[in-house]
Amino acid sequence: MAVLQLLEALATPHGVDRYLELVNPMLTVRELRAEITDVRRTTADSVTLTLRPTRQWKGFRAGQFVQLTVDVDGVRRTRCYSPANSQYRADGKIELTVRAHHGGLVSRHLFATARRGMVVGLAQADGAFVLPEQRPDRILLISGGSGITPVMSMLRTLREENYAGQVAFLHYCDSTADVPYLDELAGLDGVVLATTRTTDGQLTGRFGQEHLDEVAPWFADAQTYLCGPPALMSAVRDHYAALGLADRLHTEDFQPAPIAPAGEATGTVTFARSGTAAANSGDTLLVQAEAAGLDPEYGCRMGICFSCTQVKTSGCTRNVLTGELNSDPDVEVQLCINAPVGDVALDI
Amino acid sequence: MSITLTEQQIEDIGRELDELRQRVVADLGADDREYIYNIVKVQRALEVAGRGSLFLGFLPPFWLAGTAALSLSKILDNMEIGHNVMHGQYDWMRDPALNSKMFEWDTACPADQWRHSHNYMHHTYTNIVDKDRDIGYGILRMDPAQRWNPYYLGNPLWAFLLMTFFQYGVALHDLEVENVIAGKRSLADNKKLWRGIWRKTGKQTLKDYVLFPVLTGPLFASTITANATANLVRNLWAYSIIFCGHFPTGVATFTEEECEDESRGHWYVRQMLGSANITGGKLFHILSGNLSHQIEHHLFPDIPARRYPQIADEVKAICEKYGLPYNTGRLSKQLGSTWAKIFRLALPGGGDPNGEPAITVVPTETRAAA
Repeated sequence: MAVLQLLEALATPHGVDRYLELVNPMLTVRELRAEITDVRRTTADSVTLTLRPTRQWKGFRAGQFVQLTVDVDGVRRTRCYSPANSQYRADGKIELTVRAHHGGLVSRHLFATARRGMVVGLAQADGAFVLPEQRPDRILLISGGSGITPVMSMLRTLREENYAGQVAFLHYCDSTADVPYLDELAGLDGVVLATTRTTDGQLTGRFGQEHLDEVAPWFADAQTYLCGPPALMSAVRDHYAALGLADRLHTEDFQPAPIAPAGEATGTVTFARSGTAAANSGDTLLVQAEAAGLDPEYGCRMGICFSCTQVKTSGCTRNVLTGELNSDPDVEVQLCINAPVGDVALDI
Repeated sequence: MSITLTEQQIEDIGRELDELRQRVVADLGADDREYIYNIVKVQRALEVAGRGSLFLGFLPPFWLAGTAALSLSKILDNMEIGHNVMHGQYDWMRDPALNSKMFEWDTACPADQWRHSHNYMHHTYTNIVDKDRDIGYGILRMDPAQRWNPYYLGNPLWAFLLMTFFQYGVALHDLEVENVIAGKRSLADNKKLWRGIWRKTGKQTLKDYVLFPVLTGPLFASTITANATANLVRNLWAYSIIFCGHFPTGVATFTEEECEDESRGHWYVRQMLGSANITGGKLFHILSGNLSHQIEHHLFPDIPARRYPQIADEVKAICEKYGLPYNTGRLSKQLGSTWAKIFRLALPGGGDPNGEPAITVVPTETRAAA
């Protein structure tokens, strides 16, 4: 430690990492980064990356996400991705599958330019979408589209620890050609692919009770882990709620937060530092700031990365995820998941 | 010098410059990032090479090369990197390493205090006497409108001392010592600032005057002399470039009254009349932090400095179109006229303090009728 302190004193004010990165970006004292060691384009629009994190990496639990940072046309962008590998992977590497979705700045960039040797920014794993340490006797995993990654990690982790309970995995996709881990999944018991556009899956069509009957008739006794697009999420949520099983359903939303109807919005949002103001549209503060022509920093746009945190100087905001109201002055708020309730002033 | 413009002309200038800015901002991208990172790489390499060479400082060529490399490193760090990054020129990259709120530079002045005195006070109130504390830095008489007193007989000496110890002058700038003496500011106001200056200066001193000299063992004296020389070279250079930005002959100053409720266009005109450029080659521009394009910098303080030479011709054309001076000249000319002013204003007078305002705005119809 004394050596490190001496080095930092010698490198002041820039810090040791700012010098080391010029020699080798993977040689860091404090910053967590990762080197891409393998790139596989697994489907027509997705790429699977293997990353070797620097020594600061503390590992993850199946289902959690990491924040990945890349430069796109000179601008640093951060997005959240869930590792798809088992949490016990021996070499400490993580595997991310990124789907290049339409208009996705970072996902398209990674799909087009990711190559071996590329170094990206990384943040420690986070998120509460995990299996309990004491594994439930029965587990149902449901995913849709690119939401496959966290539940894939759960499935692989359970297999690696020789989980003795009952597990089933129901995955929704347009067609089986869209499934990144098709070969691996094909050989496993309890895995069912449901296709919504083609008929090449074991099941077809959208989520419903008949799918549950087919895949996991015991689902009411199980813990269910769900990650996918909004339509699937709300279909499953509504179904479980109707059956009184809401407490057995655990979800990960990888979609923007829902927004209050515009009709209820009142007041004015003031952006003090930039000297602009606009009538409250009911959208989140981030959307309203962007609509007012501002360019505040943001990352995940779903309330987890805190890139968009700014100081609210006055007014009341509502967390659109939790419904929680906050009327304290001079507090930091996450612009992407807070909507103004009446007049709000921000220091941006 | 007095410029007469119609309200319409002022508005047109504002619009044309806003459009120019929009065009540059829309074009920012990977090239700008690569440029600044290349400068950072060169600066860090010079620093490592410089400090490394001083371990062989008993050989005169190594001492000279080491001192020169370290001087250049400090100049790049303070000017093209530090000053410009702290202006927010690279904030759009969203890179914490080059973010205006997080960057620290290799000089005694703490970054947060600099941003207040420079980005806010100087760039907002540029060349408004009694508002812009960069006019004489509270210790020099740089404008005839500053009332003479016998203290200013020392003007050249004070300027020489400021130049020699420039990094400490800059560090103490935000304390507004002249306002404390005048009773307009209390010592308590400065308590927090002192703590910041003490902490930052302490770290810098430890690095340059204790740790690196000690690490070179028997070469302690050689290394400490080299480090002091590098700091001095940077001081002389930074002072000279900065003084050429606003003090050469022909640069206008303004009164608080004429800048009350000013429009965007008027603000632009004030920035152009209140700044001066220096001509030179590409390397010279980089070493000056592109402050050799002070006019462009004052118009658009937050766009990456490498863009200033690229837009200089357009800014010049706008000046010509509206009959505004575009003050530029060689370093020797600009610096010469700055020192001449320092000497002249040591004595009473030096110009009419109640002269015509630099910008006279007339209603649009008046001009048309004439």
